[in-house]
Amino acid sequence: MSSPTDRKGRLLTYVGALQEAVSQEMDRDPSVFVMGLDVVDHKGIQGSTQGLPERFGPDRVFHTPLSEDAMAGVAIGAAMAGMRPIYVHIRMDFLMLCMNQLINIAAKARYMYGGQVSVPMVVRSMIGKSWGQGAQHSQGLHAMFMHVPGLKVVAPATAYDAKGCLIAAIRDNNPVIFVEHRLLYFTDAYVPEESYTVPFGHARVCTPGDDITIVGISNMLVEALRARELLTEVGIHAEVIDPISLVPLDSETIVRSVARTKRLLVVDNAWTTCGASAEIMARVIETLEPRELRAIRRLGFAPSTCPTTPSLERLFYPNPASIASAAHAMVRPEADRWEPSAETAALAYQMNFRGPF
Amino acid sequence: MPRTSRRAAKTPSKDDIARLYRGLFLIRRAEEEVEHVYPSDKIKSPVHLAIGQEAVSVAICDALRPDDVLGCTYRSHAAYLAKGGDLGAMMAEMYGKATGCARGKGGSMHLVDMQHLLLGASAVVGTGIPIAAGYAIALKREKKRRVAVTLFGDGATEEGCFYETLNFAGLHKLPLLFVCENNFYSIHTHISKRWSNLDVCGRARAFGVPAKQIVDGDIFKIRAAAAAAVDRIRRGGGPEFLEIHTYRWRQHVGPGGDYDAGYRSEREARKWMKSDQVARLAAMLASATRVRIEDEVNAKISEAIAFAESSPFPGPEDLLADVFAD
Ligand SMILES: Cc1ncc(C[n+]2csc(CCOP(=O)(O)OP(=O)(O)O)c2C)c(N)n1
Ligand SMILES: [Mg+2]
Repeated sequence: MSSPTDRKGRLLTYVGALQEAVSQEMDRDPSVFVMGLDVVDHKGIQGSTQGLPERFGPDRVFHTPLSEDAMAGVAIGAAMAGMRPIYVHIRMDFLMLCMNQLINIAAKARYMYGGQVSVPMVVRSMIGKSWGQGAQHSQGLHAMFMHVPGLKVVAPATAYDAKGCLIAAIRDNNPVIFVEHRLLYFTDAYVPEESYTVPFGHARVCTPGDDITIVGISNMLVEALRARELLTEVGIHAEVIDPISLVPLDSETIVRSVARTKRLLVVDNAWTTCGASAEIMARVIETLEPRELRAIRRLGFAPSTCPTTPSLERLFYPNPASIASAAHAMVRPEADRWEPSAETAALAYQMNFRGPF
Repeated sequence: MPRTSRRAAKTPSKDDIARLYRGLFLIRRAEEEVEHVYPSDKIKSPVHLAIGQEAVSVAICDALRPDDVLGCTYRSHAAYLAKGGDLGAMMAEMYGKATGCARGKGGSMHLVDMQHLLLGASAVVGTGIPIAAGYAIALKREKKRRVAVTLFGDGATEEGCFYETLNFAGLHKLPLLFVCENNFYSIHTHISKRWSNLDVCGRARAFGVPAKQIVDGDIFKIRAAAAAAVDRIRRGGGPEFLEIHTYRWRQHVGPGGDYDAGYRSEREARKWMKSDQVARLAAMLASATRVRIEDEVNAKISEAIAFAESSPFPGPEDLLADVFAD
């Protein structure tokens, strides 16, 4: 199997990786099809479904009416019938309309029907951020799905993992909630041309370090890696881990790291209460002896609805400076509070997204 | 002052025309101003412009009493202004300022003005429809003959909650007017690619809800139909449904057109631009009247922009305010 550090293939954007994964799987397996609002229009979900309608035709790539609830059921039924639907949503917030079908049928069908059926479907959705996405276009709701047995949940943060995870998700015989992030779409990485899978349940140590373990989920992996750069300025070396899949969750890799660094900071692109960050922390605490842990903390959305005004949105999200500052306080509790200088912190910010959408 | 259906049915008076023109011109100019400011990046918000669709909101609101309730969608500027929403607070909201109608926390997609009974807009398509029905329950119980109106797009009629609300409103004879602003598109997809049957009025009638269709965008026809429906609803007749054809001139979200995108033709749009109600009513007015209205509106818009520009941003203490009610 290839790995992202092989630098094999070519530089490809996250969005290109998604498109390529679906395209290759549709070539390989005629039971794979794509449905969702706007998957066939000229924008093609920011390009992630572009070219598919022309290539595979209207039976295999089709627009749905604005009927998320029923369409979720349709996808589930088709999956039970042996097809492999990929049901696409431009925002994760809209999955709330699919909740009944996803939670009460998709997650449970295999179990409550005694193993007679399976639901091999992928539900793609994107978390939005900035430019006033606000209350209903920016929610990271992956924890809601993690809560319910029977659903797999993956949140790849790089183009390499986007392709490999999406292929793995399509081939998986279970419903997979595939979590994407708007700001990751145009990040790039070396992505092999050929088909490959990134198996679920294997966290990736992105950068080694001895002082603290930082786990970054989805887009927060990118922010955590930038925080790590800032921390090197003050001689702190963070080990940054990407869980990649949240269900199944590879807590072993995280525990192994924390056993060494004795400090864990989990940064999620979501609220912390009952969140993925809470789950990761709980697993670590359940596994390690108290003396093996010196500091443990999580960062996520502020406990409010996402405000649209930039003056508050800035405070709503963790950012490289706030992550670095929190990590510093955990590693050097005695020292004065440290924050990277404004200029270096500004350099570490993710390129700002300019609207209108 | 309540307006009766009788008055609306008559040929429009000079006052009617002037009042409607003021409403149309205000919305058109306000949105043009938003477009004008947009490239400066001072408005960091997705804006869904209603340019071309103003007549629907203006005519519907003209048939309402100030104490009636209106719910709308993320394409909310027209409905907000037509219902009497404060222009300065709208501009400030788009600028993300503390003086905005939602204190800078909602942006263009969530305009609200409870003082003028403009229910907060939602960006999740269809969600506003049952909310308006909930208001209608409260209004029915209050027995003051107030009416609730829910404005929504053609796309919203594809959501289950649309049908569920039609059924419920019909069952309970709620004082609720459903208004479908059919601009034929949900983002870039035409209704012919989304609807198995284009007769949306028939769908309402299947629930026992009387329905009427207006296809030419004529503001006086819309106003007469709305006034007649509202009058019957006020008298306890139960919910009604209006399907009003209209056309979005700009792209789905953001400033400017998108006729080069390929999903619709400029030719299709031209038909609607030719019957533009703003230009039509302007031509019906004496030029002195028209100029006076336009000057007043333009002054109001400059004032609103200056207000938005000079208002402060919310401070850090506002982040956690209003998560819960006291
Ligand atoms: C439940 C839901 N699904 C999808 C979307 C994405 N979306 C935003 S606006 C829109 C189009 C809705 O069309 P319509 O109701 O006709 O209103 P219009 O934009 O034409 O005013 C869609 C699909 C959404 N906001 N909410
Ligand atoms: Mg529409």
